[in-house]
Amino acid sequence: MSVILETKGLEKTFDAVVAAHNINISIDAAEVIGVIGSNGAGKTTFVNMVTGYLTPSSGEILFQGKDIAGLPTREITQMGICRSFQIPQLFPELTVLDNLLIALTIANRGRKGWLTPAVDEALTDKAMQILARFKIEEHADKLITTLAQGVRKLVDIAMATVPEPSLLFLDEPTSGVSAEEKMSFMATLIDALQATDTAVLFIEHDMELIEAFAPRCIAFYEGTILADGDTAGVLDDAKVREFVIGSEFHRKATPDVADIREQAKG
Amino acid sequence: MKFFDKTEWSLLYALPVLIILLFALPTWLVNYVQVSMGMGLVALAVMIQMRAGLVSFGQGLYFCIGGYTAGMASKFWNISDIFVILVIAIVVTVAVSGILGFLLRRYREIFFAMLTLAVSMILFALLSSSHELGSTDGFNLPQASYLGWHPEGETGSTVLFILTAILTLACAILINRFLRGPIGKIIEAIRENELRVEYLGASAHVSVHVLYMIAATISAIGGVLWSMALGHVTPEMANWTTSGQFVFIVILAGTGNVFAPLVGTLILEVLRVYAVEISPNTWQMILGIVMLLTIVFLPKGLWSLFERFVKRLSSKEPAA
Repeated sequence: MSVILETKGLEKTFDAVVAAHNINISIDAAEVIGVIGSNGAGKTTFVNMVTGYLTPSSGEILFQGKDIAGLPTREITQMGICRSFQIPQLFPELTVLDNLLIALTIANRGRKGWLTPAVDEALTDKAMQILARFKIEEHADKLITTLAQGVRKLVDIAMATVPEPSLLFLDEPTSGVSAEEKMSFMATLIDALQATDTAVLFIEHDMELIEAFAPRCIAFYEGTILADGDTAGVLDDAKVREFVIGSEFHRKATPDVADIREQAKG
Repeated sequence: MKFFDKTEWSLLYALPVLIILLFALPTWLVNYVQVSMGMGLVALAVMIQMRAGLVSFGQGLYFCIGGYTAGMASKFWNISDIFVILVIAIVVTVAVSGILGFLLRRYREIFFAMLTLAVSMILFALLSSSHELGSTDGFNLPQASYLGWHPEGETGSTVLFILTAILTLACAILINRFLRGPIGKIIEAIRENELRVEYLGASAHVSVHVLYMIAATISAIGGVLWSMALGHVTPEMANWTTSGQFVFIVILAGTGNVFAPLVGTLILEVLRVYAVEISPNTWQMILGIVMLLTIVFLPKGLWSLFERFVKRLSSKEPAA
């Protein structure tokens, strides 16, 4: 597998507060990585730095060999790094379809003149295909404000995939989704994303989901990386147990993802 | 896909209607229609900015730049050709709005509104204190000529009316196209969530800058047409009361369609005539009450009434 993102000695400080310290991460193409850590551990700071929302205090962020540290968000998006948000960032007064159409319009904007209608039949079909991939096509004509949190999350993630990124960050994709629905939600999500060969890094607090969907896991603690490796190893790591997931945590047998996916399809 | 949408066809059909009205209506009303077209373009400029969630309280700046370009071109360079004047006005406006856009594109909400107001008041103050340009009285303009043709009297007025109608409708069609186009969609998204626009890969600043320049350009065209129709310019064109009037028109008419501000301008003009006639000393109170009732009962403006009417009409049509 080829490395698409590599961070070297990444640091972020806010005055005396060290939000991220010496972050060295390497991500391969089409890899799925789970990120764990308590609140304030530096997970979102890391995502914010890589996606251009925050400028690192020092260090390098190499995406496909090019240093992207400090570049504006839109340029990083155009290069192929996208993200979804813990609180979905949508266009709330518009319908789900309109949200997707705006995302597609932005992705295609160089290909059409200023006075050429942005939305046509082909674009609408493409938007519906994306909605179908995430199994939310029946919500196409609903306003965002009328949707349940789980559907909003899926719309947010579907929007993030429109620029066809090589690397996608998902910030707590299942927060706000009910406990019973989390597994099938993630199955739908990971299936939709793996169809596009996108590397996915998702921040998650539910260890069952990490075990089920992330072959690799990175644990953050107080702005540093505590452990990085195969998920079973990281979850069994003594420091991770002490500082991140708690010593009382017992790893269950890894859930059968194939079964979950079949159930999600059903 | 069809080349023109319903709005664009309606705007095309409006041209022969306006020409028929030119000959059918009394002169005073034709004058109001003509003046409304020039001002309607400025209201249209305010409307497209409102689509991005930006309220300009200083659109009079470019209305005034258009008017004074026409006036100064004739006063200092003896140019009365309306096409040359329009080109000069557009070049000046693009340059001014291009530079100011770098500042204004960074601000939203009340800060954008107040900055646009501040810039227009600087021009107002400069023109009011300029004796060469007639100070607060302004100065007169000659009758327009057209590529070497100098029609005078009634012919001149008729030609100017037809040209005003053509240019106003052409601008409205282009603006409708722009709103349906990629940047039109992006500015709609900026109003809703600017952060997401940036994370989808578009620059909100650049889109707002382009929008601001386009709004400025059509305002200047409106200023040229308005001042050529009246034959006079004054610094009042840049005053905040004039800019406020354009915002009033958009609130009254709504932002739902490019037709709305054009029709809304005519409605305001006629409303003002009758308000003055009914209550010469307190006519502003009548306009205030109309504004109040519009905001309370028609928050999406008069255009929403028309939309409801069309919707009801189409739902009553028997199925084929």
